[in-house]
Amino acid sequence: MTQSGQYNFAYLDEQTKRMIRRALLKGLAIPGYQVPFASREMPMPYGWGTGGVQVTAACLVPEDCLKVIDQGADDTTNAVSIRKFFQRTAGVDVTEQTTASTVIQTRHRIPETPLREGQILVYQVPIPEPLRFIEPRETETRKMHALAEYGLMHVKLYEDIARHGAISTAYAYPVSVEGRYVMDPSPIPKFDNPKMEMAGIQLFGAGREQRIYALPPYTRVVSLDFEDYPFDPMRAEHPCDMCGAEDTYLDEVIIDDAGGRMFVCSDTDHCTARRAAGHRGRLAATEDAA
Amino acid sequence: MSTIAAMKGGFNDPAVDAAHGFRALLNAMAMPGAINDVTGAVPVAPLSVAAGVAILTLCDPETPVYLAPSHDTDAVRDWITFHTGAPFVGPSHAAFAIGTWEALMPLDQFPIGTPEYPDRSTTLIVEMDALAQTGATLRGPGIRETAQLNLPDAGAMADNAALFPLGVDFILTAGAQVAALPRSTKIGER
Repeated sequence: MTQSGQYNFAYLDEQTKRMIRRALLKGLAIPGYQVPFASREMPMPYGWGTGGVQVTAACLVPEDCLKVIDQGADDTTNAVSIRKFFQRTAGVDVTEQTTASTVIQTRHRIPETPLREGQILVYQVPIPEPLRFIEPRETETRKMHALAEYGLMHVKLYEDIARHGAISTAYAYPVSVEGRYVMDPSPIPKFDNPKMEMAGIQLFGAGREQRIYALPPYTRVVSLDFEDYPFDPMRAEHPCDMCGAEDTYLDEVIIDDAGGRMFVCSDTDHCTARRAAGHRGRLAATEDAA
Repeated sequence: MSTIAAMKGGFNDPAVDAAHGFRALLNAMAMPGAINDVTGAVPVAPLSVAAGVAILTLCDPETPVYLAPSHDTDAVRDWITFHTGAPFVGPSHAAFAIGTWEALMPLDQFPIGTPEYPDRSTTLIVEMDALAQTGATLRGPGIRETAQLNLPDAGAMADNAALFPLGVDFILTAGAQVAALPRSTKIGER
């Protein structure tokens, strides 16, 4: 039995899946271009990953092993509920391990462990249009993409420098795909931008905005910058307090009323695996003893 | 009459067979030059298994289909109509075009999209005798360094790639194997 008995495999009806699948193939053929698609209402509110869920539903096969992360964590509400959704409607195995998964749906992070060929990373995207906050009119942004007229985006980054002395954009940092389309990488921290040149397939779904886009493996993805202000994948200057990692993206956590704070890996699977391998950070010993 | 033949050969388990078919097509389109095995469809001749899987996975009443002379038979029309409900149109309105390379020519009769909507283009399902990772050298998105594939006409396909981001995309089928050549792939001798 490949269905729960109540739902079609992976929830969506077949005609909807075909429509999404056609959009995904176009997206892969034109990397970085936002393909319009007839996004459906999903049994969750907009902003909770309706686009990502539809893309995942269109891609899943019964043999898949699904991982869902929210800001790097496998155990947050959004991740848990989406994982449960596909367990019920597609009957797929689920995992928290990046290496064991075949499809990963993510909200705003790329796993620290590099993806391998054959793995699929599905992003949940709130605003797919990188130019939207500069130019609100869809007719205009569409023309700007058609003409590859991206000067305005550089003006925005320049204004960052003029005001703050550096490019202050820290997440959803715009990228240029194969030197053609400027693309919103979804609100991942810019720390993750260099990882977008990867072996896995990256698919982006924006449910409310009804757009799908994609990056085939090994696609050239360049973060926009200036010669004198090169792109800097910012990272907090601390090791992880739990696993001691010095090369991961960190969350800052307030731990008392006296200004005490700790830094921990945002990628819970990566951090857990490192601790299981014996790595210890500044606060790990007390935590384990407690 | 061929009505009984037209009703056979569809997916046994439509949702799951289509999911597997799509994963193969997704991998093919994401990694130009890679050859994937597909199964599940048993279409009428001259359609190959792979072309049948692609049609059942992607076509429905929303996708106008053009049958090139090599594949424009009553049997094929009946089979596609019964299983997908896709309307048949001329090449200038086709979302999908099916046939051998020679029968599909000339390439410029198909929509290549517009600068605002480059996705409004035809996807050609090209029936071939065999697929092999030899011949033309491919570079571009989805390819780590280079890949090789026996293209039916590397010159015409390179011209199509030069139109990027406009252009048509190719799904290449032979027997139960499928590969793809999106417009983003650069084709060169070395």
